[in-house]
Amino acid sequence: MSEATHPDYLECLLKSWQAKPAESLSWLNQLRAQAIDRVSTQKLPTKRDEEWRFTDISSLTRLPYRPSQPDSNLHIQDIQHLFLDEVKNRLVFVDGHFSRQLSVIANPAFTIGNLPELLSTHAPILESHLGQYARFDSNVFTALNTAFLRDGAVIIAPKNTVVAEPIHVLFIATQSEVTHYPRCLFIGESGSRVTLIEDYAALEKAAYITNAITEISLAANARAQHIRLQRESTQAFHLANCAVSLAHASNYQSISIALGSRISRYNLDVRLTDEAAECVVDGLTVISDRQLADTHTCIDHSKPGGTSHQLHKCIADDTAHAVFNGKIIVRPHAQRTNSSQSSRNLLLSKTAQVDTKPQLEIFADDVKCSHGATVGQLDQEEIFYLRSRGLSEKAARNLLTYAFGAEIISRIPVTSLRQQLEQAVLDQTQSNSL
Amino acid sequence: MIIENSPTILSVQGLRASINGTEILKGIDLTVRSGEIHAIMGLNGSGKSTFAKVLAGHSAYEVTGGIIQFEGKNLLELPPEERARAGLFLAFQYPIEIPGVANTQFLRLAYNTVQAQRGKEELDPLEFDDFVREKMKLLEMKPDFLDRSVNEGFSGGEKKRNEILQMALLEPKLSILDETDSGLDIDALKIVASGVNRLTNKDNATILVTHYQRLLDYIVPDFVHIMQAGRIVMTGGKELALELETRGYDWISANKQQAMAGVRA
Ligand SMILES: Nc1ncnc2c1ncn2[C@@H]1O[C@H](COP(=O)(O)OP(=O)(O)OP(=O)(O)O)[C@@H](O)[C@H]1O
Ligand SMILES: [Mg+2]
Repeated sequence: MSEATHPDYLECLLKSWQAKPAESLSWLNQLRAQAIDRVSTQKLPTKRDEEWRFTDISSLTRLPYRPSQPDSNLHIQDIQHLFLDEVKNRLVFVDGHFSRQLSVIANPAFTIGNLPELLSTHAPILESHLGQYARFDSNVFTALNTAFLRDGAVIIAPKNTVVAEPIHVLFIATQSEVTHYPRCLFIGESGSRVTLIEDYAALEKAAYITNAITEISLAANARAQHIRLQRESTQAFHLANCAVSLAHASNYQSISIALGSRISRYNLDVRLTDEAAECVVDGLTVISDRQLADTHTCIDHSKPGGTSHQLHKCIADDTAHAVFNGKIIVRPHAQRTNSSQSSRNLLLSKTAQVDTKPQLEIFADDVKCSHGATVGQLDQEEIFYLRSRGLSEKAARNLLTYAFGAEIISRIPVTSLRQQLEQAVLDQTQSNSL
Repeated sequence: MIIENSPTILSVQGLRASINGTEILKGIDLTVRSGEIHAIMGLNGSGKSTFAKVLAGHSAYEVTGGIIQFEGKNLLELPPEERARAGLFLAFQYPIEIPGVANTQFLRLAYNTVQAQRGKEELDPLEFDDFVREKMKLLEMKPDFLDRSVNEGFSGGEKKRNEILQMALLEPKLSILDETDSGLDIDALKIVASGVNRLTNKDNATILVTHYQRLLDYIVPDFVHIMQAGRIVMTGGKELALELETRGYDWISANKQQAMAGVRA
């Protein structure tokens, strides 16, 4: 294995960092400065790090991509195919930069916009949340994103606000050989209810790096449905961290779909910080060729009466490699925790690979925890049954593969997105014959 | 019904097949002409389902000898889907559950594939929905079964009805019903049997695999074959099933020779 830490990589990035955009606030500059300090004391992870055992990002260090510059050449027709009918509010970021003309902001019942603009009107609330959940002390990518933090999506649902239509935050990559630092902050105040679609897409088969951070804070009794769609270029690197903080009796439902990227890594950390919080954390990875997709989740129960349910599925074809590491922590005071985790994996070729690992750290005694993992191929008897009804072997295999993924996709409460994904999974599994 | 000079649909001669090196079928001969209903009976493990699956083209079985002609074509050359499209249908003894595939989606795919093969019109989801609901009424199946995953969580009897529903949709030339009667309550048996009777006509044929005379009261066979250790050892008319019911299989072994003095010249 090659040495992953190219000595110049972080240095190169450090040089491209500029102290501050003129008019920003001192607390934000401080946050950025702290983050860049952390970067200079850290190294890129290698396969020798337990947390990065399966995911070799050494090739990333050969591409010390500069931060992207704004490029305003994009027209609405170029990205229309990514839009969702149900959506009334859409934030579009092109190569990490907010695009006003591609975005639609229709709803005054809650706050939605990009970071620089909202800093002037919502500084106190932003200061108390931004950078508070995605900690950069020990994560070099979070530190980098925070250091380069300039733009981002901000959504604040005020107390008891119910937003019926889903909110679409679309990050589009158009340039090669750049690094984007997308950032999302979602604040759900008490009793609010929102559906959020976080979407990473590319228009061309470009090589670039996305280093994304999402922070979600749900106050008491707030509910959020968070759908995350990673459909980057298959030559891209996608490194993402999402940190979620759940207050009393709040409810967080997450569905993460990973289809794109040459190498992707998604860390999802959900902290149940108060009693009776609930989360459902589902995931689907569909990859082929030489793709690698690594999902690390950590669900941290620290108070009594919490619930977490997790179903993660991977479909890997060709020489693709899927990784799932699901950590569940139940801390000593988190009595009456109810937690389940299931990892189910489908290998479509002899050379595809899946590494799945449950990691349970349970320190309370009155808990209900279950977990299980399976790795398998398509069932020969099922294929025969379908063929005996006239379906070609290929159609039968595609239908069964599709059905495997459909269990997750069917949980998405947005019809047009479900249809886009059903098509994407069919395309990914090369179905033309259905 | 036995029709004089009616065309042969299926002709099996000296069929041998094994699985994992173990020979299960040891020389089967069977001729089925259009309009006919054949029953195959025999002890557990005698090879009835193996025979049915070999006819349908299951790849786990290796055919080591003999020939199968289906409407003049060499069936053994065709993959399972082409056998199905050519009009061969197997109602499985143990229908497979397919989680995640909606029954209606599956039924429509199968229907349209076969329709396309026959140069007939395919149906879109709405048209198909009307069409399949009509067929379901014949089998007294509730429409809920359309939205559920294929056979998933269906009771034994519900699975069997779903098989006959597929038969009704695909209108096969030759239907092989492998123990479609087992697991059915008496009302369901009557419903399924009347469904099958409605689907049989002078241009198609049916092979019923069964253990029970009861089914043959409702679907009256033209021929009854007894299978033993991978061979058809005795063939008779519908009265052979009654004989079997009263005398048991021991009687067959003792009388193999004389009964084989065929029903058909
Ligand atoms: N994979 C296998 N390996 C070895 N033997 C097998 C295999 N599959 C089937 N057999 C054997 O083949 C024989 C015939 O089985 P088959 O299912 O055809 O019987 P059947 O006549 O349909 O019985 P039943 O009345 O119980 O349905 C049995 O002895 C069975 O154990
Ligand atoms: Mg059997």
